Amino acid sequence: MTENGDATPLVQLENVNKHFGALHVLKNINLTVSRGEVLVVIGPSGGGKSTLCRAINRLETIDDGKIIFDGQVLPAEGKALARLRSEVGMVFQSFNLFAHKTIRENVTLGPTKVRGVAKDAAGKRAMELLERVGIAAQADKYPAQLSGGQQQRVAIARALAMDPKMILFDEPTSALDPEMVQEVLDVMVGLARDGMTMMVVTHEMGFARRAAHRVVFMADGQIVEENTPDEFFTNAQTDRARDFLSKILTH
Amino acid sequence: MEDLIRYAPDLALGFLENIKLSIVGAITSLILGTVLVAMRVSPTPVLRAAGTIYVNVVRNTPLTLVLAFSALGLSDQLGLVFSSVPSVNSFWIVAMGLSAYTAAFVCEALRSGINTVPLGQAEAARAIGLTFMQSLRMIILPQAFRAVIAPLGSVMIAMIKNTTVAVAGGYAFDSANKMKEAFDQVGASIPIFLGIVVAFMCVTLPIGYFTGWLAKRLAVVR
Repeated sequence: MTENGDATPLVQLENVNKHFGALHVLKNINLTVSRGEVLVVIGPSGGGKSTLCRAINRLETIDDGKIIFDGQVLPAEGKALARLRSEVGMVFQSFNLFAHKTIRENVTLGPTKVRGVAKDAAGKRAMELLERVGIAAQADKYPAQLSGGQQQRVAIARALAMDPKMILFDEPTSALDPEMVQEVLDVMVGLARDGMTMMVVTHEMGFARRAAHRVVFMADGQIVEENTPDEFFTNAQTDRARDFLSKILTH
Repeated sequence: MEDLIRYAPDLALGFLENIKLSIVGAITSLILGTVLVAMRVSPTPVLRAAGTIYVNVVRNTPLTLVLAFSALGLSDQLGLVFSSVPSVNSFWIVAMGLSAYTAAFVCEALRSGINTVPLGQAEAARAIGLTFMQSLRMIILPQAFRAVIAPLGSVMIAMIKNTTVAVAGGYAFDSANKMKEAFDQVGASIPIFLGIVVAFMCVTLPIGYFTGWLAKRLAVVR
């Protein structure tokens, strides 16, 4: 884990519960994410991974418990919530690039409208970020003209443009054709190396092994196991995790 | 045919009034309809309820009653006056009544457009820190508008034709009322009747084609 002098965790979840009707999707979740940490959340579908990820920037509300981001309890609504969200990047499974805006506009919209950055400066920074994710040549195209992998890299650039304290990745490669998964993972590994705090919900065990500091295994709304990637993949402690790993690692 | 030629200048002036009402109606109803749809999708329950009640009441009230209410209720009883000149005043009474009525349809067209915008667009907007109003204005409504250009064209065409009941709001200078006056003098005249129909089609048909073309051109590719 990278050290940057601040010992308080960036994210702290305390006894978080959430129901979808009768379904108890988050059961008494306690979790902390340190600054600079790359946390990978894995587990079977429907286990509450995405809900957990989305709860951190309050795209999902919680029923009870507490979520503290950077020392502050998540605001419930309004300007304070918008401000918090501007500090937490989010990358979605389905990219969600603004369909009526060009790639460049997708990246500059947040800085100019939320942060009040001047258009020129935002445009320049957008090009640097698009360069970094390898899409600079497509800056004036529209999202639908790009491949899925390219769109997802733009989505990462869009999140980075806000200089977030953390980026949440909600199954960022699950909607991609297999040959495009790697280009997105490469960008993510680069971010992890640069010390970005990341919470990544994924089925990409390779990424977890390469970049994660810690793996959290979730099933049935609970955190079943937390460990380093090496320990988790070679020596899982719980039956549930061993069962899950045996199903996904055998082929 | 000679009836048409005799009354043509008068009818043309009347038709001009239809056009003027249409222009005011189009602008005002699009603005008001946008405000209404913002209320109907807002996170504030009171605004949502107010928007819903407005749309359901106004959309289900016959236009002639809306106009009569504007003239008798708002103007005569409540003293809402746009101008001291009676004909100018009743023009604006009718224009506002027509706009208030059409806005309900604009609102519902836009709301169906909002339903075509994937939820992820709003989530992404919120996730970069845009407020509700910002995401509505910059992300959701621009896409919703493009999705409903053709239906909005139909709403506008209906509105243009609705200007012919202006007399229900006390405005007696539009082409339909001029036609009635002509008929009172010379009896029903098919040429006059057809002349007015053709005049309306000269305006509404191009609007139909134009909005159809624009809808294709501006469609958001996903």
